[in-house]
Amino acid sequence: MASTIRMRAVAGGDTTEVQALVQHPMESGFVKDAQGNLIPPHYIEVVQFEHAGKAVFTAYWGPAVSKDPYIKFSFKGAQKGDDLTISWVDNKGSSDSLMGKIQ
Amino acid sequence: MNSKQMSARRGQTRRKIVQAAIAGGLAGLGLAGAAPLSRARAAADATNWPKDAFSQKTEADAIKALYGKTPEASDKINLDAPEIAENGAVVPIAVSTTLPDVTSIAILVSENPFPLAANYPIPPGTSPVVANRLKMAKTSKVIALVASGDKVFSASKEVKVTVGGCGG
Repeated sequence: MASTIRMRAVAGGDTTEVQALVQHPMESGFVKDAQGNLIPPHYIEVVQFEHAGKAVFTAYWGPAVSKDPYIKFSFKGAQKGDDLTISWVDNKGSSDSLMGKIQ
Repeated sequence: MNSKQMSARRGQTRRKIVQAAIAGGLAGLGLAGAAPLSRARAAADATNWPKDAFSQKTEADAIKALYGKTPEASDKINLDAPEIAENGAVVPIAVSTTLPDVTSIAILVSENPFPLAANYPIPPGTSPVVANRLKMAKTSKVIALVASGDKVFSASKEVKVTVGGCGG
């Protein structure tokens, strides 16, 4: 199965800028389907980025984050070629992760 | 067909079976071996997810549940949000700050059913700059909160929504 995650991390000077996109419905629980039934909430709660065994960024999300969420942040202390790991878990316990190289 | 030919044919058949088994086994091993490599082992876990703050229905209760403090307005927070959002389902919002010792950033949408939209703990070494995309039910105040030192600061901006992002 293809990954739900696309990540791009670019080192410039001492700061690494990271952008990631996750494929996820992010259902808020307030939207009705074609039959008028409420679609139950289904959203990512936590996204974590790790570099060299340390969590460099954590996102706590609620159902107000848009479908197929996008996140951008930057951190210090990484170099080009280092591994960066991203993982997420949603309110139903589903999860995915991906390891990428910093460019 | 003499016995020599027979045994040769049997040998070929056996060889084919053995080859197929090896190929199948290798393919199986290959798949099993590739999976842990492309899927990293580190995992996000939801134990520290601030459930209480995310389930509050007013902005004041959400701020209280998250930080337990009343925020002070600050001009050192840059809240980048559009004046008018044509599509409330996808509103790009970015927060950055020049405040020192930032430990956490949070974004709230006052008029949403659950105002707290996102909370980002900022560990040392990570820049106090974050961008994401949020859903907005209707025109609302968007609030950026920044925990700096032992205080909480805020900045807000009104975003007009022409098509809501939380209704059918």
